[in-house]
Amino acid sequence: MRNIALIDVNNFYVSCERVFNPKLLNKPIVVLSNNDGCAVARSDEVKALGVAMGAPWFKLKDLAKQHNILAYSSNYALYADMSNRVMSILKHYSPDQEVYSIDESFLDLTAFKSKDLVAYGQQMRQRINQWTGLPVCVGIGSTKTLSKLANHCAKKRPDFNGVCNLNSMAPETINQMFTEIDVGEVWGVGRKLVLKLNALGINTVLDLKRANPERLRQQFSVVMEKTIRELNGIVCIELEEITPPKQQIMSSRSFGYSVTDYNSLAQSITLYMSRAAEKLRRQQSYAGSVYIFIRTSPFKENERFYSNGRTISMPSPTDDTRKLVNVALWGLKQIYVPNLGYAKAGVMLGELVAAQGIQTDLFSTQKNTPKSDRLMAMLDSINKKMGKESIKLASEGFSRPWKMKQGNKSPCYTTNWDDNIQALDLEQ
Amino acid sequence: MNNDIKTQSSRGGKRLNAGRKTGTGKFGEPTEVVRVPTSQKPIIVDFLAAYQHKQQLEEAIDISSLMLPALNHKTLNIPLFASKVPAGFPSPADDHVEKRLDPNEFLIDQADATFFVTIQGESMIDVGLMPGDKAVVDRSKMPSIGDIVLAVVDGDFTIKVLNRGKDGSPRLLPANASGKYQPIEIKENMTFEVWGVVTGSFRRFK
Repeated sequence: MRNIALIDVNNFYVSCERVFNPKLLNKPIVVLSNNDGCAVARSDEVKALGVAMGAPWFKLKDLAKQHNILAYSSNYALYADMSNRVMSILKHYSPDQEVYSIDESFLDLTAFKSKDLVAYGQQMRQRINQWTGLPVCVGIGSTKTLSKLANHCAKKRPDFNGVCNLNSMAPETINQMFTEIDVGEVWGVGRKLVLKLNALGINTVLDLKRANPERLRQQFSVVMEKTIRELNGIVCIELEEITPPKQQIMSSRSFGYSVTDYNSLAQSITLYMSRAAEKLRRQQSYAGSVYIFIRTSPFKENERFYSNGRTISMPSPTDDTRKLVNVALWGLKQIYVPNLGYAKAGVMLGELVAAQGIQTDLFSTQKNTPKSDRLMAMLDSINKKMGKESIKLASEGFSRPWKMKQGNKSPCYTTNWDDNIQALDLEQ
Repeated sequence: MNNDIKTQSSRGGKRLNAGRKTGTGKFGEPTEVVRVPTSQKPIIVDFLAAYQHKQQLEEAIDISSLMLPALNHKTLNIPLFASKVPAGFPSPADDHVEKRLDPNEFLIDQADATFFVTIQGESMIDVGLMPGDKAVVDRSKMPSIGDIVLAVVDGDFTIKVLNRGKDGSPRLLPANASGKYQPIEIKENMTFEVWGVVTGSFRRFK
């Protein structure tokens, strides 16, 4: 049997804020998404008040006043550094690691058969907590899907003390536990699937575990079949130790206020495309298609909601910021409707191919010339040396009044010399 | 001549020591032929692949050394060839190439547990911590009495010498002979935590 562990930081963004601001301990706090839109992380105190994940902040303001909920803008520089520390510590607990997200990592512990894995998990918890100040939970199961569920149990049931190893538990005990967990907690089962499964009488994790995988494959997809088999301990999803290069690159933001004029939209699209193209070159890929979208706010009740996008195929794949921006702006002209208040815009690069061995179009004049390659390489290296946006396209704009709000961002304690923790004299 | 070969029949059959030696296959141990139900074959094949993977893992790494991660596991970038000499006389310095001194290496033991803190105020100037200095704080070290620590008292950060009062409760001592700063006694109604141990400091003059 495989021993696969999932280690997950509890309320990651909130916990990061608390490490550097101990006054926030035991206080209700939320961390808001880009542009201070929605609650993307909640402390236990806020969860207890019934605030849902992704709840829009403007709807929470009354509740926040009533319970003194503190809201922080997301500080991704801080979270990324703390995440790197956690992942780097975990690396020493197994040679097989998959960093699954900013706050989750799988470890293959199959080779550690003779070890008491619960004790091993407690060692990880203790070390991560001491070294970084972050609380984590550990779930162990024979498949990735089961380890995710084990992690859920470790979080929700205090008697596990943060480490749940399904592989050391009796099947009856596990099944009993699975009758008490909603099917929506299963990895890969989203809100829409839950409704469809409920209609078939599948409500709990145990219901899904006992479902017929072939029949559900026909009704859903092969992914559903894999999920059911994984719930029954058959490995269908392997650890991905090397992350494959991204197949899509996305760059989008909400605006600080609603934007009506075409020029501001064009500036923002140019800026997002420049960011995306930079990422594209960093992973040494070319993009074959460009997707651009704009939308108004879905929350404004007395205004018309408008959302539109365009996918444009490139004549031949490229990584040249100037060509990608041209195409995106052409797309923007197609979908721009005047006199609307836009809340968000973004671009996505698709059909990515490796820069080496690229197929060039025999008749195209659009292919990357050595000159363009050199220009882009120079652009990237200057921006790396002299700081972000030292050189940019003029159409990215300079004043950017539409830039996103980050009203209450904490200092970048670990990535900026001027933002370190300040140690005071302190007198009694 | 060997006895075994003398007794061997001339009509074929098993020849001693012929074929692959047992235990040299992909599993590294003797194998047997077994009949399995067709429906179970993929599962058994998967199991065997996983088993083989595990055997290889155990060979490749000393598991006991992984249980307690080494305290220091930095990769050193050792330049192998400093100068390329296709032919002719090699640089006499090639044998003496060493890694250039790195202040990170001097100041930091455990990078994943190390944080920098800016000193404010003069309560610790006698141990050389001046206002504006950066202190190196290592959370992986266990604090002992007498250590310089970054402590959290009622939610505020302060750097002091860790000490113990007569009743055994923690006490934080300043390091400033002027007498301007008093020791901080931690009472029961206060929250107190040692956030990390101060292992060094640095400062720029220009």
